[in-house]
Amino acid sequence: MANGNSSIISGYDEKRLAHVKRRESWVAFILFLASLSTLLTVFSIIVILVTESLPFFKTVSIIDFLTQKEWTPLFDQAQYGILPLISGTLTTTWVAMLIALPSGIIIAAYLSEFIRPSLREIIKPLLEIFAAIPTVVYGYFALLFVTPVLQKFFPELPGFNMFSAGIVMGFMIIPYVSSLVEDAMRSVSKEVREASFALGASKLETTFKVVLPAASSGIIAALILSISRALGETMIVAIAAGMQPQIAFSPFQAAQTLTAFIVQVSLGDAPHGSIGYQSIYVAGLTLFCMTLILNLIGFYFRKQAQSK
Amino acid sequence: MRKSPMKKDKNRNNIMAKDPILAKHNKTEKLIKSKNIKDQLFYLFGFLILVAASFILFALISDLFIRGASRLNFDFLTHFPSRKPEAAGILSAWVGSLAVMLVTSSVSLVLGVMTGIYLEEYAPKNIFTFLIELAIVNMAGIPSITFGLMALGIFVYQFNFGQSILTAGLTLGLLVLPIIIVTTREALKSIPNHLREAAYSLGASKYQIVRDHLLPYSSGGILTGMILALSRAVGETAPLITIGALTFIAFLPTPPIQSTPPFVSFEWLWDGFTVLPIQMFNWVSRPQEEFHINAAATGAILLMLTLILNAGAIWLRYKFRKRYHW
Repeated sequence: MANGNSSIISGYDEKRLAHVKRRESWVAFILFLASLSTLLTVFSIIVILVTESLPFFKTVSIIDFLTQKEWTPLFDQAQYGILPLISGTLTTTWVAMLIALPSGIIIAAYLSEFIRPSLREIIKPLLEIFAAIPTVVYGYFALLFVTPVLQKFFPELPGFNMFSAGIVMGFMIIPYVSSLVEDAMRSVSKEVREASFALGASKLETTFKVVLPAASSGIIAALILSISRALGETMIVAIAAGMQPQIAFSPFQAAQTLTAFIVQVSLGDAPHGSIGYQSIYVAGLTLFCMTLILNLIGFYFRKQAQSK
Repeated sequence: MRKSPMKKDKNRNNIMAKDPILAKHNKTEKLIKSKNIKDQLFYLFGFLILVAASFILFALISDLFIRGASRLNFDFLTHFPSRKPEAAGILSAWVGSLAVMLVTSSVSLVLGVMTGIYLEEYAPKNIFTFLIELAIVNMAGIPSITFGLMALGIFVYQFNFGQSILTAGLTLGLLVLPIIIVTTREALKSIPNHLREAAYSLGASKYQIVRDHLLPYSSGGILTGMILALSRAVGETAPLITIGALTFIAFLPTPPIQSTPPFVSFEWLWDGFTVLPIQMFNWVSRPQEEFHINAAATGAILLMLTLILNAGAIWLRYKFRKRYHW
C-alpha cells in the first residue's frame, strides 16, 4: 500500500495493515504446514515399508518369494514364499464379500427406493453400529459364538477356521457396502425412474433393472473398496482364523492371513533388523500394494458414479 | 415418488379395472398383480434382512453381557490383570486407553481442524493441494495395521519414543485424522458464503473470519467428528499390537499431577501401556474358559463405550442441525 495512491491511509493504518498482512500470511503458512502432515504420513508409510523390506530381498530372491509354497520365516529352516499368506487373505475376503455384497446391495436398494426417508434416518444409524463395533469384539464373536454354532451343523469344522472369520467380517462390512451403493443409487436422476414407471415397470423392476444398472460404477466402487477393506482387516482373522500359514482355498480350514502374520510376529519378540522384523514389513508392503491398487481403482469408479 | 408402493399400485389397478378395453386383457391384470406381489415380497424381504441384522447385533451384545456378567463389577475395574482369571481386572487397560485417547484427540484435533480449514478456506488450486487431497482419501483406505508398521519404524526406532503412550497416541491420531478433516470440511462447507462476504465487507481479515465466525459455527460438526474418531480409536487394536504394546501391564503410568514442583508432569507420555482392546485380545486368545469370561466382560465395556460415543455423535449432529438456520 506504500505507493503514491495511498495518501489517504495514515501512517498508523499502514503499520496496522502490515501487521495484519504479516499475521495472515503466518496463519496461512502454519495451516499449510499442518495439512502437510497428511502427505507426510502417507509418504512415510510408503518409505518405511519399502526401506525396511529392501534388506529382506537381499536374502530372498523375488522369484522365490512369489513362487515358493511355504512361509516359515521364523523357523531355522526358513522358507519365504508369500503365497500361503495371500491365499489365506483372499479366502477370508471372498467369504466376507459373499455375505457383504448381496446383503449390502439389497439393503441399499431397500433404503434408497422402498422406504420412507424418515424411516431411513432411523435405520441408517442402526446400520452404522455394525461398522462402529471394535474389530476385536467381532473376533471374539467369530471365535466363541459363530464357530461353536457352526460346529453344531458341521462337526468336523476346526476351532480356528476362515469361514466364521469371513462371515463375521462380512457383517462388519455390510454398512460400508450399503452406504456406498445407496449413494450411487441416489445420484441416479429422478427422471430415469419416472421414465421407467411411465413404461409400466414396477418398483422392483425399476430398482433392479433401471436404477442399479445406472448406478453400476458406484456398485463396482463399493465392491472394490470393500474388498480392500476386507484384505486389511486384522483382528477378526488374527483371533478366529488361526495362525498356520498354509495354502488353503477352502474356508473350512485354518490359515493365516498377511495381517494375522504381522500380529503374530509383533506379539512375539522380533528384534529390530532381524529377518522376522523385516518379514512383517514385507507382508505389510504386499498388503499395502494390494489395497492401494484396489483403492485407486475404487476411487476412480466412485468419482465416475458421482459425476453422472 | 416416495409414497408407499402399494397405494400407488392400487390406484393404477382401479384405473385398469374401470377401463373396459384394458379390463379384457386378463393377462395384463395378472401381470400387474404379480408385479405388485413381487414388490411387496421385496419390501418384506428387505425388512426381514434388517430384522435378521438387528437380531445378530442383539445376539452379539447379549452374548457378551451374559457371559461377562459375573465379572462386570467394581472390582474388575480396580484390579490389575493377573494370572488368576477370577482376580484379574482391567485397571491398567482402561487407564491406558484413557491416556492414549488424550494424546490421540489432541493430535488429531489440532492437525485435523487446521488441515480442514486450510483445504476449505485457504488452499489454492495447485499440485500441492491436489496431493494433499489425494493423501487424505488414500489414508482413509490404508489398512490400520500399516499405520502400526509405520509407527514402529518411525516413532519407535527413528525417534526413539519407545513403546509408549506417546507413540500409541500419535499413531491413532494419524489414523483417525481423515475422519476429523472430512467432518471439519463438511461443517465449513455448510456455512453459506454470504456470511464470509458480510464479514469481509466489514473489513475483517480471513483469519478473523475463521476465528470469530467459521470456527464457532462449525464447532458442532467438528465435535461430532471428534467423537466418531475417538469411538474408532478406542477400539483400534492392530496398530497398537504392531508397535509392540505389551499385553501384561501391572502398573499405572506416572500420575500427571505431582506433589513436588512443577506439580505437572508429562512423564506418563513415555510410560508403557496396555489398552482395553489389547487386554481383551490377550484374554480371548488364551485357551482357558475363565479368561474368556474376562474377555467378554471387557468386550461388553468396550462395546458400551463405542455405542455411547456413537449415540452422542448422532445426538450432537441432530442438535446442531437444528441450531442454525441460514
